[in-house]
Amino acid sequence: MATNPTVFLVMISGQIETADFPEFDDLYVKYNFVFGTDWVITSGLEEGISQVCKKSNDGRGLFAWNFPLEVTFKSTNPYGWPKLVVSCYGLDVFGTSVVRGYGAVHIPISPGRHTRTIPMFVPESTSRFQKFTSWIMGRRPEYVDANVVARGEGREVTRVRSQGHIRVSFNIVTRDMKKLGFDVIPSTLSIPSAATAAALATDTNPGAAAAAVPTANVPTSAAS
Amino acid sequence: MSDGSGAGGSTFTRAMQKRRKDLRESMTDSTIEMSSQHDTIQQMLSADDGGVIDEMETIDPIEELQDAENLVEKLQNDREERRRELFQSLEPAEETDVKPIRQKRKPKATSRDIEEIPTIPETIVEAEEGRVKSSDKGAKPTPAKRKGKKSKEPMSMEDAIMSVKTGMVSEKAPGNLNASIRERIKKKMLQTKEKAEETMREEVEKDPDRDFPARKLRGMRARDTITRFDESTILTKEEIEEDKMLQESIAAKSRWKVAFKAVKAKTSHIPTSEEAYDFFTRNFDPEPEEPEKVAAGDQPGPSSPREEEAQPKSTRDEEEKKDEDKEEDETPLLSEHFLYQDDWKDHPSSMRSAEYMPWRYRQEAEKGYYFVPSTEYINVKEKGPAEAEPRYLEDEGFYVGVKPSVSQRNRNLMEHRLLNRDDKGSQWFGADGLIKALPDPLKDMPSRPRVVPNEEREPALQTVYKKAIVSEFDNWYIDGLGDELGGRYQLDVDVNTLIFTHHSLFSKEHVLASRLRQMYDQYLKRKQKDVAHYLTEKLKALRGAVKTLEEQLVNMRHADPDSSTVQEHQHRLQEYKYEIRQTRRLRDYELQHDRQLLLSIIKTWRDIKALREAEECTNTPVRLGVRKEESNKREDEAVWKADIEDEVSEMREEYEEDYQGEIERYKEALIEWKDYMKQKKANKRKKKQQGSRESLEVLTEANGNEEEEPLEEIPKPTKPSYSFNEDEAKQKTRENMCKIRRKPGEPMLTPELSNTAVITPTSDCSKAEQARRSDMLRCKCFVKVLFNNKEVSRTGTRSMTSDFTLHFGDIFNIQIMQWPESVKLQVFETGTLINTLLAEIFAVVPDTQVTQDKVQLESLDFGSDQRVTYEHSAVGSGYTFHLGSGDTSGEEMQLFTQGQLLASVSWGLAEDNTPLIPPSATHANANELGPLNHLDAVAAIGATGLVDPERLAKWVSEARLDPNDPANANLLHMMRDFQGEGGKILKQAAQFFRLEQLQEEFNFVSHEVLESSKRFRLISLREKEVPEFRNYKMVPLIEKEIPDTAFADYEKRKHMEEHGILEEDVDPHRAAVAKFLGKVRERVMARFRAAQHQYSLPDVVNEDQVPDVSMLSTIILRLIEPKRPLRPQRKERKTVTAQNLSGLQVNLLINIERAIEIPVRKSTGRQDGQSTSYGTVRPFVEVVFQQSIKQTSVAEGPNPNWNEELIVPFQAPNNDYSPSNLQGVKDVIYFNLFDEVLIDMLQDERDRATNIHQRMERRWLGSISMPFSTIYFQNRVSGTFRLNTPSVLLGYDRSPDSMSRIQGGNQTNATYISVFITIEPPLSPPEPLKEKFDSNEDEKLLSYAENYQTSLSVKFPKREVTTSVMDINGKSVFVTRYFRPIKPPAILIEDGNNSLKVAVSIIVSYTMWSEYEEPPFNTLHF
Repeated sequence: MATNPTVFLVMISGQIETADFPEFDDLYVKYNFVFGTDWVITSGLEEGISQVCKKSNDGRGLFAWNFPLEVTFKSTNPYGWPKLVVSCYGLDVFGTSVVRGYGAVHIPISPGRHTRTIPMFVPESTSRFQKFTSWIMGRRPEYVDANVVARGEGREVTRVRSQGHIRVSFNIVTRDMKKLGFDVIPSTLSIPSAATAAALATDTNPGAAAAAVPTANVPTSAAS
Repeated sequence: MSDGSGAGGSTFTRAMQKRRKDLRESMTDSTIEMSSQHDTIQQMLSADDGGVIDEMETIDPIEELQDAENLVEKLQNDREERRRELFQSLEPAEETDVKPIRQKRKPKATSRDIEEIPTIPETIVEAEEGRVKSSDKGAKPTPAKRKGKKSKEPMSMEDAIMSVKTGMVSEKAPGNLNASIRERIKKKMLQTKEKAEETMREEVEKDPDRDFPARKLRGMRARDTITRFDESTILTKEEIEEDKMLQESIAAKSRWKVAFKAVKAKTSHIPTSEEAYDFFTRNFDPEPEEPEKVAAGDQPGPSSPREEEAQPKSTRDEEEKKDEDKEEDETPLLSEHFLYQDDWKDHPSSMRSAEYMPWRYRQEAEKGYYFVPSTEYINVKEKGPAEAEPRYLEDEGFYVGVKPSVSQRNRNLMEHRLLNRDDKGSQWFGADGLIKALPDPLKDMPSRPRVVPNEEREPALQTVYKKAIVSEFDNWYIDGLGDELGGRYQLDVDVNTLIFTHHSLFSKEHVLASRLRQMYDQYLKRKQKDVAHYLTEKLKALRGAVKTLEEQLVNMRHADPDSSTVQEHQHRLQEYKYEIRQTRRLRDYELQHDRQLLLSIIKTWRDIKALREAEECTNTPVRLGVRKEESNKREDEAVWKADIEDEVSEMREEYEEDYQGEIERYKEALIEWKDYMKQKKANKRKKKQQGSRESLEVLTEANGNEEEEPLEEIPKPTKPSYSFNEDEAKQKTRENMCKIRRKPGEPMLTPELSNTAVITPTSDCSKAEQARRSDMLRCKCFVKVLFNNKEVSRTGTRSMTSDFTLHFGDIFNIQIMQWPESVKLQVFETGTLINTLLAEIFAVVPDTQVTQDKVQLESLDFGSDQRVTYEHSAVGSGYTFHLGSGDTSGEEMQLFTQGQLLASVSWGLAEDNTPLIPPSATHANANELGPLNHLDAVAAIGATGLVDPERLAKWVSEARLDPNDPANANLLHMMRDFQGEGGKILKQAAQFFRLEQLQEEFNFVSHEVLESSKRFRLISLREKEVPEFRNYKMVPLIEKEIPDTAFADYEKRKHMEEHGILEEDVDPHRAAVAKFLGKVRERVMARFRAAQHQYSLPDVVNEDQVPDVSMLSTIILRLIEPKRPLRPQRKERKTVTAQNLSGLQVNLLINIERAIEIPVRKSTGRQDGQSTSYGTVRPFVEVVFQQSIKQTSVAEGPNPNWNEELIVPFQAPNNDYSPSNLQGVKDVIYFNLFDEVLIDMLQDERDRATNIHQRMERRWLGSISMPFSTIYFQNRVSGTFRLNTPSVLLGYDRSPDSMSRIQGGNQTNATYISVFITIEPPLSPPEPLKEKFDSNEDEKLLSYAENYQTSLSVKFPKREVTTSVMDINGKSVFVTRYFRPIKPPAILIEDGNNSLKVAVSIIVSYTMWSEYEEPPFNTLHF
């Protein structure tokens, strides 16, 4: 199959590294991937939940989970590119577990190492009184489905408050993307006009053309 | 240890060794005891001292004391021994005296004695001698030795006893102590020793008698204190004296002890040199006989010589020896602490237990060292100067300041501290006995350091004043840099007069008067301009021009008809004519306007007059006079006529032009028509010719003809008729002129407004008017002046005059530092409590040319939306009132407070008439200064105006931009284009609009490719949620991989839908209906989907409901209700969403409670012994769901009660527990009721005793099935269900009692089973989709229906009430639209009217049931 790939693979390994939630303590994160219908997880965990973490005592006040993410996607269509949905929960004053933030980020498309900082937010109560009662009862408003944050639909009815940030690092490896016609690496992107220019250059210089022909990538790389 | 002392020590050692050697020799020589007595004593003493010193150096002084006492006791013992010997030899009678004591002592001291015994013989004499000697020395030097000894004897015996006792006590001292503490103590001791040694040596050298007290102590040791056994009478004088001294020494000792304890208490402290000195000197007992040597040699410390001494001598007691051994054992450890390995020998130490001193003793001991101020109150007398009565200055009338507050406790502490000072803190206490806490006001010297004036300071330290600097980048300030504030700039704001054109306190007359005034102003203005006259003149001029032009044209035509000038002239003529028309229209308009104005002025004046009459008072001074000017009728008529003729001729010309145009058009049309007719005829001819040809050809030709035929039938144009009716036109113009012009002969009216009317005095007015006037008097206003939004000044409050003008006449000179951005004037009306802001007026910041002397008052209009109403005759503002005389001329009006403020803003002038204007107009703020305002397009017409080219053009023409200014070049260039093209191009450009200009460029494939590609088609169909592809996953990336059959189903369906191809056996009507239904379904589905994508907050966010009263009441009820209800109810559980479900096993909990009326086995003839009794059945229930089968246990009898819970696993298809998926689960739960029958299989009857061989059969009795979706939607199902049983069950029958029941009642032959089914964990039920479809119904009705529905559902939660349903268009419609009258049953009609009436009367009307609590029928409402 190596000659004729029909799907491309996106391998993700990374970790939910740290978070910055200035006001809270005892947090844990839940993550899951949201992806389109043309995507399938071939290996790895789609969902996960981390340990509970306390804030560091130094001035930074970081939460470090270092929670590994490892998943491999198989897909036929870049539409519905996977998104990482992170929801953060923590214990409140009364010890009940309440949500501290939702956030989502696209998996980086280009191979390599990427670091993303996801801003987190929570839905607000509809009224002040509601806010108070929800605080008392420890049942803050939550999204019915955390994956809402990865979609645009239905967001207009909610009001949210920003809470903090989560840093996630990704190491992306893709396979067969280029063979299937998806070029996501800037350094190898071929600009059609530049490619033709390069081709013209090779035409005028037959010796160089002979050298360039065996490897297909040379003209493009030269062009870039 | 210093070198000197070390050297001294070594010499001393040598001397001692030598002496010992000598002694040994003398001992061996067995010389007379007495001869060597001196030496021995000395030796003994030195040894003794050495021991003492040694102990002092190393161990606890108390122990050391004890040791010393032990030694004393030992010596006494020896002495006693000796004395006994003596007594035995001399006076045996005395023994009686001694014995009991000895006996008494013995048991206690035995051990000591035994130990000591070996050493005694050698030391007896020496010890005794030494003792005597020393005691003598301590007391008095003179007494004879023997005698003293003898007389002393009884006492010394007592002493011995005492010492033994003390020795006993001392033995109890703890010996087990921490080595580390010991070491620490040792170290400290060493340190102090070093110090003390030096000081002592010096002292001893100075004054050898210094160690006298030590000797006393020594004496005390020898003698001890007087005990109660002693009799003072027995004592001799010398003894008394001796005792006295002893007492002293004891006291000293005890004092020392206390002191030492104190020192000990603070173990962490190094004893002071004085203490150390005391310590050593007191215990130090040097040999008086050889002061020089001992002084040097008896330095504390060096133990090595003493050890060497101890070796040869046996005077040491064994205990000490032991200690020394110990020391030796430890030395290697200690040696490490010394700098030189061998030094440890010079600093011997021994391990002793640490001391614990009870707290109270310690406190006692520390008393002398620490001062702990108490918090007790001190009497005033103790504090003040001695023997002075406290004075209270306050009572004497002096001023006493307020002292800073200090708590009493702290004050007391401080006072104690002060009192503890040497001077008793006398200068700290005031006359009143309190601490002075305030500076003395009478004091000459200030209590604070003097502040030296700057000039007196050293030049280097002098400070320099610098003014605060404003940041130079602050462009708010005119002069920017703060250090040079040279400029003086002044704005003069003149607030002159405030005139209300409407005010809430206006009476109706005022309203009219102000209107009149306004109109009159307008009239004056118009008159001044006299536009109509100007236009008339213009018209005249134009006509003249046209005339001359026409003449010229005629001439030119004669000369050169085709020249371009003729063309040009003609063109110009056209233009002129057009302009004439325009001008005439304008003039007519103006004339009409003037006339209207005049008429309305007169009308208003009439209204005023009418009002004045009606009210019987005059409120305003307005008076209108109309001056009539007789006109010359004939002249007028001539003008009139000429005008009419002019106009008519123009009209005729106009009409002729139009007519010409029409004729031309007609001609064109005629030519066209003629052509058409010609062609028609030709066609006809052709047809005739073709008639003879062959049929095939005819066919083709016919086709060809058909192609030609689209030539439309052109109707014959009709010739337009020339019908300009001159009379009619004349009539028209005349009418028109009548409307807008003064009729000929009519007098010319000139209104003149004056304020000469006399206002009726208040007392003559109506009550309402009086109230209004008094209100008006109270009404006051003032104006605030704000510069750059900061209040600068305000005028004084002025009260309103009767004509609602307020004259302020204030000129405010505002000296400014900042660039003027706004000058605001706020008009305030004073109220009883609050001043209400009527209006804010922005005055224009003046141009640089506008100075105080040039400026004119501007009238600034303002308005307020304040709403005021009054009960009296004032009209208020913002409320409608009726104006006019109430009949025909009455009109409704609503006016808001309005007015004008006459004010001006200008730049001030200095005294020398130089304008105080900020220098730079080129400053960034310059364009805010205003002069360029009208040149700035954005400012003039707003940013939106720029988009509209017409407005822009208009502005450009109005603004008269300087064409030579390069800044305007772009704009003018653009405008030239615009005007040159007649605005057409730009208009077209504006009409063209592209949402995505680059859409074409950004299409990644062309539309055709998109259409033809299977993959894209698949994706787009999926996007549209076409049912075939809705859940299509992994659309292949490569086109080839998409099977050709992928669209087959879809296309087939489409095709069928479109063409209605159906199976043969369906009749066409049904097919049409089916097709229609299909379409409806599709549309409904589309709407449904659209509705699904509309979210509300509860769909997205999970939020707790706010607890309301009902919720709280249930909570409270729950508290009240019994804790263990008799009939427990099933609790609601929290539902689990699909996400949280992963990994959880979902089960169906099926509780089979009971069954009734199960058929029983018929008693057959074949009774094998088991089922002997009639009607036995052993039923059990088996549940089958998905792949699992569960069954209950077997019960007995026809009405079993299992009450058993079966857990059946549930597996959702594809493991997807989302509501949408679960809705589609089609699995069914089957309940089968079986009878378990045991059938004996035993063949051989003989084996029955030993074997059991049976077969268990189950016989199906009935079953029931329940779809899973029911349970899913209901969340739980509980109830009694009828089992599906075959009507005949072979071998089974009803039990007799049930049979009887069946016969009794109307019960059928049925079996029932009670079950309770639920899902664990509870799955979130699918949202009951609210049908939110479009509706054509009225919004109000819809909302009402919704309210009705909700209110009913609250009242009757079980009733299903629907108000609207969906129609075939997918829109919701009221149910009532489908209600149709139904004919009453035929019986009723036939029966005659009676029963019908009865039937109708049964129907309850709305009014009836509204009296009841609830409606009897829900639908009746509709």
